[in-house]
Amino acid sequence: MAHVYKVDGPFWGALKRDLLLSYRRKSDLVNPLIFFLMVATLFPLGVSPDPTFLADVAPGVVWVAALLATLLSMDSLFRSDFEDGTLEQILLSPQPLYLVVLAKVLAHWMLTGLPLTLLAPVLGIMLFLPGDGMWGLVLSLLLGTPTLSLFGAIGAALTVGLRKGGVLISLLVLPLYIPVLIFGSAAVQGAVTGLPLGGYLAILGAMLSLGLVMAPLAIGAALRISVSG
Amino acid sequence: MADKKWMPRWFYQLASPRWCYEITGKLLPFFAVAALLLLVAGCVWALAFAPADYQQGNSFRIIYIHVPSSILAQSCYMLMAVAGAIGLIWKMKVADMVAKCCAPIGASVAVLSLATGAIWGKPTWGSWWVWDARLTSMLILFFLYLGIIALNSAIESERTAAQSTAVLALVGLVNIPIIKYSVDWWNTLHQPATFKLTERPAMPAEMWVPLLVMVIGFYCFFAVVMMLRLRNEIIQRERRSGWVRDLIAG
Repeated sequence: MAHVYKVDGPFWGALKRDLLLSYRRKSDLVNPLIFFLMVATLFPLGVSPDPTFLADVAPGVVWVAALLATLLSMDSLFRSDFEDGTLEQILLSPQPLYLVVLAKVLAHWMLTGLPLTLLAPVLGIMLFLPGDGMWGLVLSLLLGTPTLSLFGAIGAALTVGLRKGGVLISLLVLPLYIPVLIFGSAAVQGAVTGLPLGGYLAILGAMLSLGLVMAPLAIGAALRISVSG
Repeated sequence: MADKKWMPRWFYQLASPRWCYEITGKLLPFFAVAALLLLVAGCVWALAFAPADYQQGNSFRIIYIHVPSSILAQSCYMLMAVAGAIGLIWKMKVADMVAKCCAPIGASVAVLSLATGAIWGKPTWGSWWVWDARLTSMLILFFLYLGIIALNSAIESERTAAQSTAVLALVGLVNIPIIKYSVDWWNTLHQPATFKLTERPAMPAEMWVPLLVMVIGFYCFFAVVMMLRLRNEIIQRERRSGWVRDLIAG
C-alpha cells in the first residue's frame, strides 16, 4: 500500500500530541484558570467593592486578568519540548514548521484561551458587569485570546533557550498585547453602553488574521535561533 | 555566485568590521561638526528669533526638541529593524552591531520625546499625560526598545542575541505605521503631523525652517553617537583580531 502524504498530517499530529500531553498533567491545565479567578478577586478587595464602580471597571479587569493568565501560561509552551529534545526533532523533521507551530499554539489556546473565555461570564457576574456586556465580553475574548496566544508564543520561542525566561517574556510580549487589550476592553464597554460591536470585533479579527499569517513565521524563526544558540 | 554582480561593492565592504571602523573614523569629524553647527544654529534661531505662536505663545517652542526627537525615535527603530533583517539574511556582523547600538539610543530619544511631550502638554492641554492614541503608541515604542535591550542583555552568545533581537524588532515594526497614522485614524488631542512629504507645513516658513534645521541636526547627532558606539562595539568584538591588536599597540 502506497503511503499517501497529507499536507495537514503534521498539523493534526502535533495538535493531538500536545492535547494528550496536557491531558496527562491535568493540574497544569487548571492553574491559569485559578489565577484568572484570583486576580479578578483582588480588584473588589483592593480597590472598592461598590457595585457601580465595579461595573465600570469590569471590562478592563476581566481583560487584564485574561491577558496576565495567558502570559503566565506562555513560558511553558515550548519549555518541556526544548528540555527533552523534542523541539530539535521538530526543527529537523521535513514537516513544515509553520503547521507544527500553528498546531502547538492552537493547542495552547484550546487549553487556556478557550476555558478563560468560557469562565469570563462568571467573573463578569462577580464584578457586576451589566447583562448587555456579556456577549461583548465573550465574543471579544473569543477573538482576542488566540491573538494573545500567537503573540505570546513569539516571546516564548525567543526565550526558550534561557534559564530565566519568566520575567523577560512579559517584557517582550506585553507591548504587543496592548493593542489587543485596548480593542478587547473597548468592545465590552461598547456592548455595555449599547454601541454597535462590529467595528471593534472587526479590528480584533484583523489582528487575529495578521497573527495567524505572520506569527508562526516569527515563532519558527525564533525557535531555530533559540535551539541553535 | 552569479547574483553577486547586482550588489554594489560597498555593500560587501560594509561586512568587514575593519573597513567599517576606518570609514566611520573618516566620517565622524564631518558629522560632529555638522551636528554642532546645526544644533546650535537651530536652537538659537528657534528659541530667540522664530515668531511666537498666536495661541500658545512661547510654550510652543518646545516643538523644536519634541518633533525632532519623536521623528528620530521612529527612524532609529526602523534602522534597527532593517539592520536586524540584514543581519538575519546575510549574516553580516556589522549589521548585528548597528542593530545593537540602535536600541539604547532609540530608547533615550523616545524618553526625550515623551518627556518634552509631557512638558508641552501641561500648559497646552492642562495635564502631563493623556491616554491618546499617539501618546500610547509612542509609549509602546519605548517599551519595545526596553524589551529589545532586555532580551539582548539576557542572551550570552552575541550571535544568538543579535538574531533574537532582530526577530523581535521586526515583529515590533508593526507599531511604526500605527504611530504614524494614529493622528489620522483616531480623533486625538495630539495635533496632526508637522512635516509631510506631499504638502507644505501648516505653519509659516519662519517657524518650520528652524524646525527642519533641528531635525537634520538631530539626525547628524544620531549619526555621531551611532558611529561612536559602533566603533566601540567593533573594537570590543574584534579584540582578538590582528588589526585591532596593531591599533591598540599603536
